[in-house]
Amino acid sequence: MPRRRDEMVPDAEFRSYYGQPVIKQPIWHEPHMPTYLYLGGLSGAAGAMAAAARLTGRDRLELAARMTAFAGASAGAAFLVAELGRPMRFLNMLRVFKLTSPMSVGSWTLAAHSGLTGVAAGSAVTGLLPLAGDAASVASGLSGVAMATYTAVLLADTAVPAWHEGMRELPFLFSGSALASAGAAVMLTTPRAQAGPARAAAAAGAVAEVVAGGLMERRLGLVGEPYRKGRAGRLMRASRVLTLGGALLATVAGRSRALTALSGLAITAGALCTRFGVLEAGRASAKDPRYTVVPQRDRLDAGRPASVPGR
Amino acid sequence: MAERVGFFTDTSICIGCKACEVACKEWNNVPDDGFVFRATSYDNTGALGASTWRHVAFVEQDGRWLMSSDVCKHCTHAACLDVCPTGALFRTEFDTVVVQSDVCNGCGYCVPACPYGVIDRREDDGRAWKCTLCYDRLRGGMEPACAKACPTKSIQFGPLDELRQRAEERVERLHAEGTTEARLYGANPDNGVGGTGAFFLLLDEPETYGLPPDPVVTTRDLPAMWRWAGGAALALAAGVAACFLGRR
Ligand code: SF4
Ligand code: SF4
Repeated sequence: MPRRRDEMVPDAEFRSYYGQPVIKQPIWHEPHMPTYLYLGGLSGAAGAMAAAARLTGRDRLELAARMTAFAGASAGAAFLVAELGRPMRFLNMLRVFKLTSPMSVGSWTLAAHSGLTGVAAGSAVTGLLPLAGDAASVASGLSGVAMATYTAVLLADTAVPAWHEGMRELPFLFSGSALASAGAAVMLTTPRAQAGPARAAAAAGAVAEVVAGGLMERRLGLVGEPYRKGRAGRLMRASRVLTLGGALLATVAGRSRALTALSGLAITAGALCTRFGVLEAGRASAKDPRYTVVPQRDRLDAGRPASVPGR
Repeated sequence: MAERVGFFTDTSICIGCKACEVACKEWNNVPDDGFVFRATSYDNTGALGASTWRHVAFVEQDGRWLMSSDVCKHCTHAACLDVCPTGALFRTEFDTVVVQSDVCNGCGYCVPACPYGVIDRREDDGRAWKCTLCYDRLRGGMEPACAKACPTKSIQFGPLDELRQRAEERVERLHAEGTTEARLYGANPDNGVGGTGAFFLLLDEPETYGLPPDPVVTTRDLPAMWRWAGGAALALAAGVAACFLGRR
């Protein structure tokens, strides 16, 4: 029987059901989900900075990082709950702990991190229980690095090609972006004399974010295309310009308050663009059946069908 | 645990009557999913979704017309179930995959996790819905509504082992009769989802029917994902430490 190729799109050899998607697009909304991803990263890396500041005796910077971590976690949790189809049932998340569900692991991480940053911030504001506040601040460094990276697994653990295939670089993209965001927020809220480490964090995070994103797009080949095309492509490019521009400004701002503010804003906007861009690229890669069908068909044609060893 | 049951959908004898779609909606009280003229073929249902648990695909080709009734695959390794953070999705005593709608909080995680694009969230009640393989009917000792209603026995229900054997024989017969393009889809327990509880006999490549040719349960790679994330977490901690040490 002749192979009919009539349903296919001309530029890539693949067949589909009238061009319809094979998988469902993620239903997470804008701005909720990407803003949550940003705030979670901001809060997580700020927690790590608060711990480092505590351990190296930088009181003023630590206060700024503590408050940033708390504000990010609280606002993030609000966005996350608003995203649910049934917000009143949020607590069902804490009904079970499931290692196979990054959202379950993440909910517990968020609960722990919010609790710790809440104690740390509460103690700083009220002056009560300073030892407990300091201990919570140091502990939020641990919950913080988990907060800043689990969201990459959350996205990768789906059938969405641009996310699943990006499982290696996404955590570095997100943790770099988180460090840049937290560095930006803390350098804006710390007196210049103490803000050195925050500026360094902003610049280092920005570079890590841009490098990880670039590596991911390159390695993914066809499946990396959604990060370059359309709205997602525009967001990812804007993110790169804003992030690198902001990082450069952070290192040359010197005493200028205006330049520091501009740098912080650019880095923040860049981090937000990254999260909106990654969500959009995921959606686009789910919507076009090519990104689902072509890699799977190639696998079959090469005689290497998928299997689930050891289960 | 009862014997594992499932569906064998033999698309070579499907006549596209959509009796399965109707029976499913009637029995399960599934709301309407819109009345859309899609201008593709005799398919105005479109795709599986929160309010479409059976979907008959119509593929018009030169010289023939393929029809196939799609449904949740009730995967051996079900991504939807693995990723559900509330435990709303569970495996029944029949080895099928069902959502408990009173537990689901509408997080939507199962939706992009399914490699077949089956499960979806209803935006009006905020919960995830899909085929239950008529869990209530099974518990009452009855066969699922769609299989019952299918006039050509294209949809066959029964113990999975029995169905797999019957399907092998059917393929052999079709091949002997000259229909060499007949192939089973999902019957192999070594595939990327560990085999499906609902499998198919197809007459063309799966992607022609809107099915993924080689799906894989995303959680297969979860240990690797956590390792990469762990590396990134360590790098973040090291990065922060480097920014704070060395400068005063
Ligand atoms: S087909 Fe999708 S919804 Fe059905 S059991 Fe498999 S993963 Fe879950
Ligand atoms: S939407 Fe409901 S069924 Fe789906 S993963 Fe979330 S809680 Fe589970």
